[in-house]
Amino acid sequence: MTPVQAIIAKELRSYFVSPVVYAVGFVFLLIVGLLGYLYVVFAGAQAIQLMQMQGTAQLNLNDLVFRNLFASTRFILLIILPILTMRLFAEERKLRTFEFLLTSPVGINEIVVGKFMSVFIVFLGLLGLTGLMPLMLALFSDFDWYPILTGYLGLVLLGALFLSVGVLASALTENQIVAAFVSIGILLVLWLFAGLGSLLGDTAVGQAVSYLSFMEHYDHLVRGLVDTKDLVYFFSSLVLMLFLSHRVVDSARWK
Amino acid sequence: MIEVQEITKRYGQHTALDRVSFSVAKGEVLAFLGPNGAGKTTTMRILTCFMPATEGTARVAGFDCADQPMEVKRRIGYLPETPPVYQELTVTEYLRFVGRLRGLSGNTLTSSMQREIERLGLGTVQYRLIGNLSRGFRQRVGLAQALLHDPQVLILDEPTVGLDPKQIIEIRELIKNLAGSHSVILSTHILPEATAVCQRVVIISGGRIVAEDTPEQLSARLRQSEKISLTLKAPTADTESRLRAVQGVQNVFTGGDSGTFLLECELGRDVRDEVARMVVTSGWGLLELKAISMTLEDVFLQLTRHEEGLAPDAVVVSADPAGQLA
Repeated sequence: MTPVQAIIAKELRSYFVSPVVYAVGFVFLLIVGLLGYLYVVFAGAQAIQLMQMQGTAQLNLNDLVFRNLFASTRFILLIILPILTMRLFAEERKLRTFEFLLTSPVGINEIVVGKFMSVFIVFLGLLGLTGLMPLMLALFSDFDWYPILTGYLGLVLLGALFLSVGVLASALTENQIVAAFVSIGILLVLWLFAGLGSLLGDTAVGQAVSYLSFMEHYDHLVRGLVDTKDLVYFFSSLVLMLFLSHRVVDSARWK
Repeated sequence: MIEVQEITKRYGQHTALDRVSFSVAKGEVLAFLGPNGAGKTTTMRILTCFMPATEGTARVAGFDCADQPMEVKRRIGYLPETPPVYQELTVTEYLRFVGRLRGLSGNTLTSSMQREIERLGLGTVQYRLIGNLSRGFRQRVGLAQALLHDPQVLILDEPTVGLDPKQIIEIRELIKNLAGSHSVILSTHILPEATAVCQRVVIISGGRIVAEDTPEQLSARLRQSEKISLTLKAPTADTESRLRAVQGVQNVFTGGDSGTFLLECELGRDVRDEVARMVVTSGWGLLELKAISMTLEDVFLQLTRHEEGLAPDAVVVSADPAGQLA
């Protein structure tokens, strides 16, 4: 077992011993499930209206349910993922195990990657459970699977970005609450960059600002567009965040 | 095994360590003594590659702490001030994690874990969560962690804090047994501990080394005068002046009305024989006569109290009759 695997195993163990994952998982699945249910019910109501007006109704579940659901899940993740990441480094520093970790014969990059991977696995597990929803709907209706798969790809990439921001925020402080707030703050600012970008219009600056936000990249994937540009955005920002975390952890030794 | 040369550590304006140099041979146990904030932990953090020194070099087992930290870390077992345990893991889970981080696996890992669990008496708690264990057990888990990969060098920051007297003796025995095959640095503020387990003592104060020697020689070197405590049954009014007249006696202090006297004598001159004879011939009734040797506590207090501007050699042991005779 490599040190990275050892760290992943230990972090997963810590996650599932503490009630945090259960609480976060419960709330996440409850809200996503409720929203999914509401969107389906609205879609049904619209179908009935259309039937009365035209006699027939061709419903597009992709548009009416899944696009909305993917848009809402984005916001839920923004609130919930920082709760999962906040303990990663802050707790080590608070409980004085940070010194132990950094005096072990393990590179800082291995520590950062190990911690990121552990929370990423937890996130994939939670996201995987929401996959039951399209599977269940597929029993009763017809829809296009392709944008759903790209939408999930978008959620995975978006989640990875959110988690890496969370890892960075957690490395910055020894207070978990502060870590959660800082990551939510950074993510909200990135979110607002989309609005700022469109306000600036079609100028070079406007485009650059919009590019920095994850909104447009995620929207492309939700609409079924897999563009290299968007993939590059997600991967490069992920690498940047993990690199910054490495720097922050490294500099925390000096204090 | 450990070589520290002219290490200086500054935090902004504050100098935590000022040109500290010392070395530890293979198999030697070195005690680091000093008041809180003297720089003990900082030195240990530099040796374990947790933080770099501002100036100077530190080498462990021939590897430089700044250039080859991985090689150094592999050879060091470190117990920080607070035992670095994860409360949500059981003792075995924790030790398995520690072992894996240090590259142990399979049978080696299992046997190392078994060895440390036995050595530190953790058998009864090995499947319990560390969060539910007492301070003493956590400290022992921390020690097990430091010993797990059988490192050549052990760095222990106050290893016996939080243990009960029986455990303290056990841990001291353990450290004594490790000497010879391991080089050990331990910091402590419990002085008998240093005398009990260490071959050499480094006293550090205000970021500087103020003394370095064996515990016995330290006391000897700092003893600027011999002291004798004398208790008499029936002293007379002229007792004090007559004692003062004995050749070699520099000063005499009385200890109230109980008939006790403290005699300060010239270094290397034993006046006990002469004093005894005088007491007997004068009929004062000799109850007790003994030489007072300076304990490490006295040395330590002298050295760290007089740190301002005084070199260790210049320290004069001042007489404190009330304290000495109490």
